[in-house]
Amino acid sequence: MSGKYKQVAYYPGCALEGTGHAYNRSTKELGKALGLDVVELKNWNCCGAMEVKNVDPKLQTYLSARNLSIAEAMGFDTVMAPCNGCYHNLKKAEYDLANDPASREVTDQLSRKAGHETYKAGKVETIHALDWIKQAIGEDGLKARVRNSLKGLKIANYYGCMYTRPRHIFPEKDRGPGSESTWKPHFMDDLLAAAGAENVEYPLKTACCGGAHTLSDSDTSTKLVLNLLTTAEACGADVIATECPTCHTGLEMHQVRAEKVFGRKTTVKILYFTQLLGMALGLSARKVGVPENFSASSDLLRARGLG
Amino acid sequence: MPIHEKSLIRPENLVTHEHLVIDGVDVSGHWSTFITSRAVTDYNEQMEEEIAALPGGEFIHRCWQCGSCTNACTVNAINPDFNPRYWIYLIRMGFEDELLRDKDIIWQCVSCNKCTYACPRDVNPEGVMKATAHWLELKGHTEKKPSTVFDEVFSEQVFATGKIEDGRVLKQFFARTGQSLIQDWLVALVRSLVSRLPVGLMMKLGLATLFRPRTRGWDAASAAIEEYVSECEAAARKALRLDVQGAE
Repeated sequence: MSGKYKQVAYYPGCALEGTGHAYNRSTKELGKALGLDVVELKNWNCCGAMEVKNVDPKLQTYLSARNLSIAEAMGFDTVMAPCNGCYHNLKKAEYDLANDPASREVTDQLSRKAGHETYKAGKVETIHALDWIKQAIGEDGLKARVRNSLKGLKIANYYGCMYTRPRHIFPEKDRGPGSESTWKPHFMDDLLAAAGAENVEYPLKTACCGGAHTLSDSDTSTKLVLNLLTTAEACGADVIATECPTCHTGLEMHQVRAEKVFGRKTTVKILYFTQLLGMALGLSARKVGVPENFSASSDLLRARGLG
Repeated sequence: MPIHEKSLIRPENLVTHEHLVIDGVDVSGHWSTFITSRAVTDYNEQMEEEIAALPGGEFIHRCWQCGSCTNACTVNAINPDFNPRYWIYLIRMGFEDELLRDKDIIWQCVSCNKCTYACPRDVNPEGVMKATAHWLELKGHTEKKPSTVFDEVFSEQVFATGKIEDGRVLKQFFARTGQSLIQDWLVALVRSLVSRLPVGLMMKLGLATLFRPRTRGWDAASAAIEEYVSECEAAARKALRLDVQGAE
């Protein structure tokens, strides 16, 4: 272990304080079990998710720039965001501030009016919870700490849209061996395999769950989610591992909706990758927030001697 | 160069002649169906410029019609009429009437960014879809679509308090779109969760809906954002010549 990312600023975001609280809980517990420190950003604000950019993309840049300026003021050079939306928006802001003078100007103008330092590109690195575990602990480090192996639990790894697209805002990806791929991401696969899971070949790793319209165009979302669920089952998966609260809640909600509205029942379970890793390290299901998921997976986990 | 669109082959454009002889050749009957010739005279020459003036639409002029966006599109896979490449073509040519045929589905773009990933010309097709949907609303061609209502409910909370509370977003969105909260699937979802959830956590979530989460010291940021949003709105109205039309 290199000591890299041993202590990072933590940006949970709104979803992790609401419907995604199980992700918040399991991320923190996982960090604790692995001896990694997270220090929450003081007084953070919403990143704007997928909505504020439709009012004006430069506003979303400002919202993320404010959070990055907080990390800088707290003395951190790395901020870790487990939510794909938050992660994506921080990365997008970083890219726009480096490349678009108009975004810089609006950010500067709003920051001055709001009374805080203007964030300048390049001061703080944004990482995802996957980068955090992968770089700070790694597969070997994880293997050495596994106390309750996932014992060949069949998992479809689902990364969603915002972790890899659009690729130009992730300059560190697609850099050859060891780096993450935007076309076929594998960091979650690597970590879960190290914890003893059997990853199934899942072709929809980066397909869309319709999260942006989960309520405003529910039928489209249900169709997209149903496709994700039935494909995972066809690939032999017992569990879909997620790394985004919007995807996770979307999958859970529309699994129920598909059954109630379209009459299509699926049984694959949905768990955050942090919950799976936590249980592999010997944490209880309750400790990593399994009862807080909409998707009831206790029976499966008990049958496998997990949690 | 014109692109021959299959979509022009519509029942109302097809003609079958009972008795027709062209250059001495009998072409009567259904085996020689014709597409009616058309002369387009009502190009909207401002449309591309106006959509380019809205956030997201800036790079529409770069498009060279390769179709990578439509090929990659999530929504196209479930509805073949959802065709970003074609709409960009219509907008750039000024074929407003053709675009309006699809006015009620353009808002359905899910922002997955597969098009933006695939585009070799950095058109940002996802942004173009949003700009086009907004253009249709601002011009009065469509009512405010559910996605816009959702964006507004969400953004208003962020601008006012710095944070959102997802239960509140859901409730306000359902109220503004006139939907009942009592929906089969929603009830089933809540019921299954409540049966398993620790009581302490339920209290915490309940309290969050009562006492809205907010960012401390947000007032100055909130005022600055509101001011900027009105500037953006004024700029959009000006670019679309909406106030000029209103004065006529």
